[in-house]
Amino acid sequence: MAETLNVEVVDPERVIVSAAVEMVVLPGAEGDFGVLPLHAPLVSLLRPGVVSLFENGRPVRQFFVAGGFVEVSEQGCTVLAQGVEPLEEISRAAAEQALKDAEEDLADAKAPSEEERARLERAVAIARARLEAVSQAAS
Amino acid sequence: MPSLKDMRNRINSVRATRKITSAMKLVAGSKLRRAQEYAEAARPYAAKMASMLANLAAAVRAQGEAPPLLAGTGKEDSHLLVVATADRGLCGAFNSSIVRAVRKRIEELKSQGKTVKLVCVGRKGRDMLRREYGDLIIEFLDGIAGKRRIGFADAERVAQKLLELFEAGEFDVATIVFNRFKSAMVQIVTFKQLIPVEAPEVAAESEGVRAIYEFEPDEERILSELLPRNLAVQIYGALLENAASEQGARMVAMDNATRNAGEMIERLTLRYNRQRQANITKELIEIVSGAEAL
Repeated sequence: MAETLNVEVVDPERVIVSAAVEMVVLPGAEGDFGVLPLHAPLVSLLRPGVVSLFENGRPVRQFFVAGGFVEVSEQGCTVLAQGVEPLEEISRAAAEQALKDAEEDLADAKAPSEEERARLERAVAIARARLEAVSQAAS
Repeated sequence: MPSLKDMRNRINSVRATRKITSAMKLVAGSKLRRAQEYAEAARPYAAKMASMLANLAAAVRAQGEAPPLLAGTGKEDSHLLVVATADRGLCGAFNSSIVRAVRKRIEELKSQGKTVKLVCVGRKGRDMLRREYGDLIIEFLDGIAGKRRIGFADAERVAQKLLELFEAGEFDVATIVFNRFKSAMVQIVTFKQLIPVEAPEVAAESEGVRAIYEFEPDEERILSELLPRNLAVQIYGALLENAASEQGARMVAMDNATRNAGEMIERLTLRYNRQRQANITKELIEIVSGAEAL
Protein backbone atom coordinates (compact mmCIF):
# COMPACT_ATOMS: atom_id res chain seq x y z
CA MET A 1 0.00 0.00 0.00
CA ALA A 2 1.44 3.30 -1.01
CA GLU A 3 -0.35 5.16 1.76
CA THR A 4 1.90 7.42 3.78
CA LEU A 5 1.53 9.10 7.10
CA ASN A 6 2.31 12.76 7.64
CA VAL A 7 4.50 13.11 10.66
CA GLU A 8 5.52 16.29 12.40
CA VAL A 9 7.90 16.45 15.29
CA VAL A 10 7.75 19.87 16.94
CA ASP A 11 9.33 21.28 20.02
CA PRO A 12 8.35 24.63 21.49
CA GLU A 13 11.08 26.47 19.63
CA ARG A 14 10.74 25.04 16.14
CA VAL A 15 9.48 22.33 13.84
CA ILE A 16 12.10 19.62 13.87
CA VAL A 17 10.89 17.38 11.14
CA SER A 18 7.89 17.25 8.89
CA ALA A 19 7.72 14.31 6.55
CA ALA A 20 5.53 11.66 5.01
CA VAL A 21 6.58 8.19 6.11
CA GLU A 22 5.35 4.65 6.26
CA MET A 23 5.19 4.22 9.99
CA VAL A 24 6.16 5.89 13.25
CA VAL A 25 7.05 4.12 16.46
CA LEU A 26 6.49 6.15 19.60
CA PRO A 27 7.39 5.69 23.25
CA GLY A 28 3.92 5.91 24.75
CA ALA A 29 3.45 6.34 28.47
CA GLU A 30 2.05 2.83 28.62
CA GLY A 31 4.40 1.18 26.18
CA ASP A 32 5.79 1.71 22.73
CA PHE A 33 3.36 1.72 19.88
CA GLY A 34 3.48 2.07 16.15
CA VAL A 35 1.29 4.35 14.10
CA LEU A 36 0.43 3.42 10.53
CA PRO A 37 -1.60 5.46 8.08
CA LEU A 38 -5.34 5.54 8.89
CA HIS A 39 -4.69 4.98 12.57
CA ALA A 40 -7.62 5.78 14.81
CA PRO A 41 -7.55 9.27 16.37
CA LEU A 42 -5.53 9.18 19.54
CA VAL A 43 -3.93 11.44 22.10
CA SER A 44 -1.20 10.02 24.26
CA LEU A 45 1.48 10.99 26.70
CA LEU A 46 5.06 10.10 25.87
CA ARG A 47 7.72 8.87 28.22
CA PRO A 48 11.42 9.50 27.61
CA GLY A 49 12.42 7.33 24.70
CA VAL A 50 13.00 7.10 20.99
CA VAL A 51 10.74 8.24 18.19
CA SER A 52 11.50 6.37 14.98
CA LEU A 53 10.29 7.19 11.49
CA PHE A 54 10.10 4.11 9.25
CA GLU A 55 10.52 3.94 5.52
CA ASN A 56 10.52 0.63 3.63
CA GLY A 57 10.39 -1.29 6.85
CA ARG A 58 13.52 0.29 8.33
CA PRO A 59 13.96 3.22 10.65
CA VAL A 60 15.27 6.15 8.65
CA ARG A 61 15.33 8.79 11.31
CA GLN A 62 15.37 8.44 15.04
CA PHE A 63 15.03 11.04 17.74
CA PHE A 64 15.36 10.89 21.44
CA VAL A 65 12.60 12.77 23.26
CA ALA A 66 12.54 13.59 26.94
CA GLY A 67 8.76 13.53 26.99
CA GLY A 68 5.76 15.16 25.44
CA PHE A 69 2.48 14.38 23.76
CA VAL A 70 1.35 12.86 20.53
CA GLU A 71 -1.82 13.45 18.63
CA VAL A 72 -2.91 11.15 15.84
CA SER A 73 -5.71 12.42 13.68
CA GLU A 74 -6.94 12.06 10.14
CA GLN A 75 -4.40 14.63 9.04
CA GLY A 76 -1.49 12.68 10.41
CA CYS A 77 0.61 12.29 13.48
CA THR A 78 1.93 15.23 15.47
CA VAL A 79 4.52 14.80 18.18
CA LEU A 80 4.75 17.68 20.62
CA ALA A 81 8.05 16.84 22.19
CA GLN A 82 10.44 18.32 24.67
CA GLY A 83 14.18 17.90 24.69
CA VAL A 84 14.44 16.47 21.19
CA GLU A 85 17.81 15.25 19.94
CA PRO A 86 18.60 13.28 16.82
CA LEU A 87 19.77 9.92 18.09
CA GLU A 88 22.95 9.91 16.03
CA GLU A 89 24.04 13.16 17.65
CA ILE A 90 24.14 11.80 21.17
CA SER A 91 27.48 10.33 22.12
CA ARG A 92 27.53 7.43 24.45
CA ALA A 93 30.14 8.96 26.70
CA ALA A 94 28.14 12.16 27.03
CA ALA A 95 24.99 10.21 27.85
CA GLU A 96 26.84 8.22 30.52
CA GLN A 97 28.22 11.39 31.99
CA ALA A 98 24.79 13.02 32.00
CA LEU A 99 23.31 10.07 33.84
CA LYS A 100 26.09 10.15 36.40
CA ASP A 101 25.61 13.86 36.93
CA ALA A 102 21.87 13.48 37.33
CA GLU A 103 22.32 10.67 39.85
CA GLU A 104 24.83 12.70 41.78
CA ASP A 105 22.50 15.67 41.83
CA LEU A 106 19.83 13.47 43.30
CA ALA A 107 22.19 11.97 45.86
CA ASP A 108 23.65 15.35 46.81
CA ALA A 109 20.33 17.07 47.34
CA LYS A 110 20.02 17.52 51.06
CA ALA A 111 16.50 17.25 52.32
CA PRO A 112 14.90 18.22 49.04
CA SER A 113 11.30 19.28 49.00
CA GLU A 114 8.91 16.83 47.48
CA GLU A 115 8.77 18.72 44.20
CA GLU A 116 12.51 19.12 44.06
CA ARG A 117 12.92 15.42 44.58
CA ALA A 118 10.39 14.61 41.87
CA ARG A 119 12.19 16.92 39.50
CA LEU A 120 15.57 15.31 40.18
CA GLU A 121 14.19 11.83 39.88
CA ARG A 122 12.66 12.77 36.60
CA ALA A 123 15.99 14.08 35.38
CA VAL A 124 17.61 10.76 36.30
CA ALA A 125 14.90 8.82 34.49
CA ILE A 126 15.37 10.93 31.38
CA ALA A 127 19.14 10.53 31.50
CA ARG A 128 18.79 6.77 31.92
CA ALA A 129 16.40 6.47 29.01
CA ARG A 130 18.77 8.55 26.92
CA LEU A 131 21.69 6.28 27.67
CA GLU A 132 19.58 3.23 26.94
CA ALA A 133 18.50 4.69 23.64
CA VAL A 134 22.10 5.31 22.65
CA SER A 135 23.30 1.85 23.66
CA GLN A 136 20.49 0.23 21.74
CA ALA A 137 21.20 2.25 18.66
CA ALA A 138 24.85 1.26 18.82
CA SER A 139 24.22 -2.46 19.09
CA MET B 1 24.60 84.83 21.50
CA PRO B 2 26.60 81.61 21.23
CA SER B 3 29.99 82.00 19.63
CA LEU B 4 30.82 80.27 16.39
CA LYS B 5 32.90 77.73 18.24
CA ASP B 6 29.99 76.87 20.54
CA MET B 7 27.76 76.32 17.57
CA ARG B 8 30.32 74.13 15.88
CA ASN B 9 30.55 72.00 19.00
CA ARG B 10 26.81 71.75 19.17
CA ILE B 11 26.56 70.59 15.57
CA ASN B 12 29.24 67.99 16.13
CA SER B 13 27.52 66.65 19.17
CA VAL B 14 24.20 66.29 17.36
CA ARG B 15 26.04 64.54 14.55
CA ALA B 16 27.51 62.06 16.99
CA THR B 17 24.07 61.41 18.44
CA ARG B 18 22.67 60.82 14.99
CA LYS B 19 25.38 58.28 14.33
CA ILE B 20 24.44 56.40 17.46
CA THR B 21 20.72 56.42 16.82
CA SER B 22 21.11 55.31 13.24
CA ALA B 23 23.36 52.45 14.33
CA MET B 24 20.80 51.46 16.97
CA LYS B 25 18.13 51.52 14.33
CA LEU B 26 20.06 49.11 12.14
CA VAL B 27 20.77 46.81 15.04
CA ALA B 28 17.12 46.83 16.10
CA GLY B 29 16.14 46.08 12.52
CA SER B 30 18.23 42.95 12.32
CA LYS B 31 17.18 41.85 15.80
CA LEU B 32 13.60 42.39 14.81
CA ARG B 33 13.97 40.06 11.88
CA ARG B 34 15.45 37.39 14.10
CA ALA B 35 12.81 37.86 16.77
CA GLN B 36 10.10 37.50 14.18
CA GLU B 37 11.62 34.27 12.92
CA TYR B 38 11.63 32.85 16.42
CA ALA B 39 8.06 33.86 16.99
CA GLU B 40 7.14 32.26 13.68
CA ALA B 41 8.96 29.04 14.52
CA ALA B 42 7.17 28.71 17.84
CA ARG B 43 3.73 28.98 16.31
CA PRO B 44 3.12 25.39 15.08
CA TYR B 45 3.68 23.98 18.54
CA ALA B 46 1.41 26.50 20.20
CA ALA B 47 -1.32 25.96 17.63
CA LYS B 48 -1.21 22.19 18.02
CA MET B 49 -1.16 22.51 21.77
CA ALA B 50 -4.23 24.71 21.67
CA SER B 51 -6.21 22.29 19.56
CA MET B 52 -5.21 19.35 21.72
CA LEU B 53 -6.19 21.25 24.80
CA ALA B 54 -9.52 22.16 23.29
CA ASN B 55 -10.27 18.51 22.63
CA LEU B 56 -9.21 17.43 26.07
CA ALA B 57 -11.02 20.21 27.83
CA ALA B 58 -14.21 19.34 26.03
CA ALA B 59 -13.82 15.69 26.92
CA VAL B 60 -13.06 16.38 30.56
CA ARG B 61 -15.78 18.93 30.93
CA ALA B 62 -18.27 16.40 29.60
CA GLN B 63 -17.34 14.26 32.58
CA GLY B 64 -17.65 17.22 34.92
CA GLU B 65 -14.29 16.95 36.67
CA ALA B 66 -11.87 19.67 35.69
CA PRO B 67 -8.62 20.50 37.50
CA PRO B 68 -8.34 24.00 39.03
CA LEU B 69 -5.86 25.15 36.40
CA LEU B 70 -8.63 24.73 33.87
CA ALA B 71 -11.74 25.49 35.86
CA GLY B 72 -10.32 28.09 38.23
CA THR B 73 -10.55 28.14 41.98
CA GLY B 74 -14.19 29.02 41.88
CA LYS B 75 -13.65 32.62 42.92
CA GLU B 76 -11.82 35.57 41.50
CA ASP B 77 -10.91 37.76 44.43
CA SER B 78 -7.24 37.83 43.86
CA HIS B 79 -5.68 38.77 40.56
CA LEU B 80 -2.13 38.31 39.44
CA LEU B 81 -0.76 40.40 36.62
CA VAL B 82 2.35 39.22 34.87
CA VAL B 83 3.90 42.35 33.43
CA ALA B 84 6.21 41.57 30.55
CA THR B 85 8.37 44.49 29.51
CA ALA B 86 11.82 45.05 28.13
CA ASP B 87 15.01 45.32 30.13
CA ARG B 88 16.09 48.40 28.23
CA GLY B 89 14.65 51.73 27.33
CA LEU B 90 15.05 53.82 24.20
CA CYS B 91 12.24 52.05 22.46
CA GLY B 92 9.58 54.70 22.21
CA ALA B 93 6.36 54.11 24.09
CA PHE B 94 6.91 50.37 24.29
CA ASN B 95 7.38 50.07 28.04
CA SER B 96 5.29 53.01 29.10
CA SER B 97 2.24 51.85 27.15
CA ILE B 98 2.33 48.51 28.94
CA VAL B 99 2.80 50.17 32.29
CA ARG B 100 -0.02 52.60 31.60
CA ALA B 101 -2.39 49.76 30.75
CA VAL B 102 -1.32 47.90 33.87
CA ARG B 103 -1.93 50.94 36.07
CA LYS B 104 -5.38 51.33 34.65
CA ARG B 105 -6.16 47.68 35.20
CA ILE B 106 -4.86 47.77 38.77
CA GLU B 107 -7.08 50.71 39.60
CA GLU B 108 -10.08 49.03 38.00
CA LEU B 109 -9.56 45.85 39.94
CA LYS B 110 -8.94 47.72 43.15
CA SER B 111 -12.11 49.72 42.75
CA GLN B 112 -13.95 46.41 42.47
CA GLY B 113 -12.45 45.45 45.80
CA LYS B 114 -10.11 42.80 44.49
CA THR B 115 -6.57 42.19 45.54
CA VAL B 116 -3.92 42.63 42.92
CA LYS B 117 -0.46 41.17 42.83
CA LEU B 118 2.25 41.73 40.29
CA VAL B 119 4.97 39.59 38.83
CA CYS B 120 7.38 41.56 36.71
CA VAL B 121 9.32 40.05 33.87
CA GLY B 122 11.72 42.65 32.53
CA ARG B 123 13.47 45.36 34.43
CA LYS B 124 11.76 48.42 32.98
CA GLY B 125 8.31 47.41 34.07
CA ARG B 126 9.47 46.83 37.59
CA ASP B 127 11.31 50.13 37.76
CA MET B 128 8.29 52.05 36.57
CA LEU B 129 5.80 50.29 38.81
CA ARG B 130 7.92 50.07 41.90
CA ARG B 131 7.27 53.56 43.16
CA GLU B 132 3.51 53.37 43.09
CA TYR B 133 2.84 49.70 43.56
CA GLY B 134 6.03 48.45 45.15
CA ASP B 135 4.10 46.53 47.78
CA LEU B 136 2.14 44.65 45.12
CA ILE B 137 5.16 43.27 43.32
CA ILE B 138 5.66 39.82 44.73
CA GLU B 139 8.16 38.54 42.22
CA PHE B 140 10.64 39.91 39.77
CA LEU B 141 12.22 37.68 37.16
CA ASP B 142 15.34 39.16 35.71
CA GLY B 143 17.50 38.38 32.75
CA ILE B 144 14.84 37.10 30.41
CA ALA B 145 13.78 40.00 28.25
CA GLY B 146 17.34 41.08 27.51
CA LYS B 147 18.47 37.80 26.06
CA ARG B 148 19.57 37.39 22.48
CA ARG B 149 17.20 34.53 22.12
CA ILE B 150 14.49 33.81 24.59
CA GLY B 151 14.57 30.09 25.14
CA PHE B 152 11.68 27.90 26.12
CA ALA B 153 13.51 27.24 29.37
CA ASP B 154 13.00 30.91 30.31
CA ALA B 155 9.28 30.61 29.77
CA GLU B 156 9.28 27.45 31.84
CA ARG B 157 10.94 29.35 34.66
CA VAL B 158 8.13 31.88 34.67
CA ALA B 159 5.52 29.15 34.41
CA GLN B 160 7.09 27.27 37.30
CA LYS B 161 6.92 30.35 39.46
CA LEU B 162 3.28 30.92 38.61
CA LEU B 163 2.38 27.32 39.36
CA GLU B 164 4.06 27.54 42.75
CA LEU B 165 2.18 30.70 43.57
CA PHE B 166 -1.06 29.22 42.32
CA GLU B 167 -0.66 26.10 44.39
CA ALA B 168 0.12 28.22 47.42
CA GLY B 169 -3.21 29.91 46.84
CA GLU B 170 -1.68 33.31 46.19
CA PHE B 171 -4.10 34.20 43.42
CA ASP B 172 -7.20 33.03 41.59
CA VAL B 173 -6.74 34.56 38.18
CA ALA B 174 -3.50 35.20 36.34
CA THR B 175 -3.18 37.45 33.33
CA ILE B 176 -0.11 38.27 31.30
CA VAL B 177 0.33 41.73 29.85
CA PHE B 178 2.48 42.14 26.79
CA ASN B 179 2.70 43.90 23.47
CA ARG B 180 1.30 41.94 20.59
CA PHE B 181 3.36 42.44 17.49
CA LYS B 182 1.24 43.68 14.62
CA SER B 183 3.90 45.35 12.54
CA ALA B 184 7.10 47.23 13.20
CA MET B 185 4.97 50.35 13.61
CA VAL B 186 2.06 48.97 15.54
CA GLN B 187 2.13 47.05 18.78
CA ILE B 188 -1.00 46.35 20.71
CA VAL B 189 -1.01 46.04 24.46
CA THR B 190 -2.70 42.74 25.16
CA PHE B 191 -4.07 41.12 28.27
CA LYS B 192 -4.17 37.37 28.07
CA GLN B 193 -5.62 35.23 30.79
CA LEU B 194 -3.34 32.36 31.75
CA ILE B 195 -5.02 30.78 34.75
CA PRO B 196 -7.69 29.51 34.59
CA VAL B 197 -6.95 28.59 31.01
CA GLU B 198 -9.29 30.15 28.57
CA ALA B 199 -10.05 26.94 26.79
CA PRO B 200 -9.93 27.48 23.08
CA GLU B 201 -13.17 26.51 21.45
CA VAL B 202 -13.17 23.45 19.28
CA ALA B 203 -13.67 24.48 15.69
CA ALA B 204 -17.23 23.76 14.64
CA GLU B 205 -16.43 21.42 11.78
CA SER B 206 -14.29 19.18 13.95
CA GLU B 207 -17.16 18.76 16.38
CA GLY B 208 -17.88 15.28 15.06
CA VAL B 209 -14.25 14.24 14.99
CA ARG B 210 -13.66 15.12 18.59
CA ALA B 211 -15.82 12.44 20.05
CA ILE B 212 -13.78 9.56 18.74
CA TYR B 213 -10.38 10.51 20.09
CA GLU B 214 -8.84 7.85 22.20
CA PHE B 215 -6.88 9.01 25.19
CA GLU B 216 -3.96 7.17 26.62
CA PRO B 217 -3.47 6.78 29.57
CA ASP B 218 -6.62 8.83 30.28
CA GLU B 219 -7.87 12.38 29.90
CA GLU B 220 -7.09 13.49 33.39
CA ARG B 221 -3.51 12.34 33.43
CA ILE B 222 -2.81 13.84 30.06
CA LEU B 223 -4.46 17.04 31.15
CA SER B 224 -2.42 17.23 34.33
CA GLU B 225 0.72 17.14 32.16
CA LEU B 226 -0.64 19.28 29.43
CA LEU B 227 -1.91 22.21 31.48
CA PRO B 228 1.39 23.25 33.06
CA ARG B 229 3.03 22.74 29.72
CA ASN B 230 0.43 24.86 28.04
CA LEU B 231 1.04 27.60 30.56
CA ALA B 232 4.70 27.69 29.61
CA VAL B 233 3.81 27.67 25.93
CA GLN B 234 1.45 30.60 26.35
CA ILE B 235 4.07 32.55 28.26
CA TYR B 236 6.70 31.65 25.71
CA GLY B 237 4.49 32.94 22.92
CA ALA B 238 3.84 36.17 24.79
CA LEU B 239 7.52 36.70 25.52
CA LEU B 240 8.45 36.17 21.91
CA GLU B 241 5.79 38.57 20.69
CA ASN B 242 7.03 41.03 23.24
CA ALA B 243 10.63 40.67 22.10
CA ALA B 244 9.65 41.29 18.48
CA SER B 245 7.54 44.27 19.51
CA GLU B 246 10.38 45.72 21.53
CA GLN B 247 12.72 45.65 18.56
CA GLY B 248 10.04 47.02 16.28
CA ALA B 249 9.30 49.88 18.64
CA ARG B 250 12.98 50.61 19.06
CA MET B 251 13.54 50.64 15.34
CA VAL B 252 10.77 53.17 14.82
CA ALA B 253 11.88 55.29 17.75
CA MET B 254 15.46 55.35 16.54
CA ASP B 255 14.37 56.14 13.00
CA ASN B 256 12.49 59.16 14.30
CA ALA B 257 15.42 60.19 16.44
CA THR B 258 17.76 59.95 13.47
CA ARG B 259 15.44 62.05 11.38
CA ASN B 260 15.07 64.66 14.10
CA ALA B 261 18.80 64.81 14.54
CA GLY B 262 19.18 65.35 10.81
CA GLU B 263 16.72 68.24 10.87
CA MET B 264 18.44 69.74 13.82
CA ILE B 265 21.81 69.56 12.11
CA GLU B 266 20.39 71.34 9.08
CA ARG B 267 18.91 74.07 11.21
CA LEU B 268 22.05 74.54 13.23
CA THR B 269 24.25 74.56 10.15
CA LEU B 270 22.09 77.25 8.57
CA ARG B 271 22.30 79.35 11.68
CA TYR B 272 26.02 78.77 11.91
CA ASN B 273 26.59 79.89 8.32
CA ARG B 274 24.46 82.98 8.78
CA GLN B 275 26.35 83.88 11.87
CA ARG B 276 29.66 83.35 10.14
CA GLN B 277 28.63 85.52 7.25
CA ALA B 278 27.35 88.23 9.58
CA ASN B 279 30.68 88.20 11.34
CA ILE B 280 32.60 88.54 8.09
CA THR B 281 30.35 91.40 6.96
CA LYS B 282 30.81 93.11 10.27
CA GLU B 283 34.57 92.81 10.06
CA LEU B 284 34.55 94.15 6.50
CA ILE B 285 32.48 97.15 7.55
CA GLU B 286 34.88 97.78 10.38
CA ILE B 287 37.85 97.70 8.02
CA VAL B 288 36.17 99.88 5.39
CA SER B 289 34.90 102.45 7.82
CA GLY B 290 38.31 102.43 9.51
CA ALA B 291 39.95 103.16 6.18
CA GLU B 292 37.45 105.90 5.43
CA ALA B 293 38.10 107.58 8.70
CA LEU B 294 41.74 108.04 7.86
